[in-house]
Amino acid sequence: MAGEKKEALLEIRDLKVNYKVYKGTLKVLNGVELRVGKGERIGLVGESGSGKTTTLKSILRILPYNASIEDGRILYKGIDLLRADERVLNEVRRREIAMIFQDPMAALNPVFKVRDQLYDIIKESARGKLAKEEIEEIAYRLLKEVRLPDVERVMDSYPFQLSGGMRQRVVIAMALASARELLLADEPTTNLDVTIQDQILRLLADLTMKRNLSVILVSHALGMVRKMTDRTYVMYAGDIVEEGDSGEIFENPLHPYTQLLVETAPKLTGNWNPRGVPGRIPDYLNPPPGCRFHTRCPFAEQICREKKPPMIAVEGGKRVRCWLYYKR
Amino acid sequence: MRMAQYILRRVVFAVFTLFGLSVIIFVMARVLPGDPARMAAGPRAPEWVVEQIREQLNLDKPLHVQYFLWLRDVFNGDLGYSIFTKRSVTQDVIEYLPASLELIAVAAVFQILGAFALGVLAGMYAYRWVDNAIRLFAYIGISIPAFGWAVIFQLVFAWKLDLFPVQGMLSVEAPERITGFVTIDSLITGRFDAFTDFLKHAVLPAMALAIGPMAQEARLIRSGMIDNRYKDYILLMESHGVPKRKLMFKYLLKPSAIPAVTVMGMDIASLLGNAFLVEIVFNWPGFSRYAISVMLNKDLNAIVAVVMVIGVIFIIANIIVDIIAAYLDPRIRYVERGE
Repeated sequence: MAGEKKEALLEIRDLKVNYKVYKGTLKVLNGVELRVGKGERIGLVGESGSGKTTTLKSILRILPYNASIEDGRILYKGIDLLRADERVLNEVRRREIAMIFQDPMAALNPVFKVRDQLYDIIKESARGKLAKEEIEEIAYRLLKEVRLPDVERVMDSYPFQLSGGMRQRVVIAMALASARELLLADEPTTNLDVTIQDQILRLLADLTMKRNLSVILVSHALGMVRKMTDRTYVMYAGDIVEEGDSGEIFENPLHPYTQLLVETAPKLTGNWNPRGVPGRIPDYLNPPPGCRFHTRCPFAEQICREKKPPMIAVEGGKRVRCWLYYKR
Repeated sequence: MRMAQYILRRVVFAVFTLFGLSVIIFVMARVLPGDPARMAAGPRAPEWVVEQIREQLNLDKPLHVQYFLWLRDVFNGDLGYSIFTKRSVTQDVIEYLPASLELIAVAAVFQILGAFALGVLAGMYAYRWVDNAIRLFAYIGISIPAFGWAVIFQLVFAWKLDLFPVQGMLSVEAPERITGFVTIDSLITGRFDAFTDFLKHAVLPAMALAIGPMAQEARLIRSGMIDNRYKDYILLMESHGVPKRKLMFKYLLKPSAIPAVTVMGMDIASLLGNAFLVEIVFNWPGFSRYAISVMLNKDLNAIVAVVMVIGVIFIIANIIVDIIAAYLDPRIRYVERGE
């Protein structure tokens, strides 16, 4: 397998995360397994609500108050981030891993200028104490790097004075300040204009390539994921159901869910099923036993309803969590 | 520059508001039943005496003429003659208002400090015992009216524990009257004993006044902090390793405090009206008692003056609050200018 040859930078093992809500407990992440090699670009795809954002937020431990991590480990350079103390965790947050948020409209504090927020982040990202001029210099360089025009004006603007695309560039600049190893991009273009989406993704590809950053890219733009990443993980209802080289995954999907996902993805050829994958993500209050996909799977058998399938290695370096491929 | 423009516009707007208020209260005081001239003269006075007072007060003239005569006097610093105190209303206001304003100022300080301290504490430790205790306290604080607290404090802290004086404003000789404000006068004349004595007297009534609005504002700050704590813009800062203290007191507190700050101004201005019963309980020589007395006696000039004074204080408080809110929230500054 392509990824396994490289040294693992980040390894998520059996991650289980629940959310407590009024009605009970939502069992969202059901034992996520994910591995990022050094310098590797990972795609993470799946429907909305399948736990992609929760997975990313777990890495930086910025889950909401009603979330609880039930089990699992997130090993980053050998340190378990889930159990690391605040000091160690903050070191990683300040200088090694950063996240780009889904909604640039919500990701910047509305009552502080871009300058305030960016400077504070740069201050944290330095090993020692930076002089004011140094901070300023880094800030300008970063904003130039994300190709913002009129850097001076952007710095002195409040977020509401900037367009969505500009805000997302600011968020990316912030991420670049802290991410020296790994960048978590959570649907970085979903809330942007179609014309801007492409620009932002290209910019991301460019900058991460230049800095040799590892990336986890969460996106619904399957075409982009295929182009931008080395390996892809497919997620369904809190489970990784398939993993493999990005080209392979989209060319030759094995898991019934991946097949449906690829089939129903919007394509330029006009063959588009606007409903997406038929059916809905299951209720996390009472997730279906066995394989969580069996309620929507066209090939579901008795065993699928009873037992969760293991990750099965198949040819082409892929792994798939489906009984169809058992003992073949 | 932007801020200066903003303030100027507020002030101009305030002047118009005051004009409107003066017309409304002037007319209302006069059209409501009850003959002020008769009340001033007494029930047994002969008709010609009543007639004379009526003329003296311009009540025989048409309403609009009365208003413009009154307005002319106001611009000359004369609020008219009080049939209740038998002297110039201006003098009454100068005599009674400072004591109330000082009480309110002390109450405002308690209110603001208390609201922030309790609100932030509860917000930071949401749903834990600190928060639960503060919430319980807030419920009680809101449910008991100011005069209730006044009596409770008087009984507990003044009478039982003997920590503060039971009533009054000063138990030492009053400082020489320069501005009318005991605090300022005592500092000018170097009478520090009077200053501390005043503060000792002010603590309980000010606490009684402050506790209700303080509890309410604390709840606003708390819920603001809880609502915003897991917003993306806070999580983003957290994900960059910004230290907890900066996260809480800079990035979380500022957006969370804005709703509370906007009600604080109103709350503080309303203290002037609410102070009445508290001033009675503590025998505080303030404006509220005067206000109620003149209203009961249908003392027209004094009623209008009282309402105008309260209006001016409301407006000033609102301008200050608007300025602070605009300072805290850039969206207010810019949106108002149509950007």
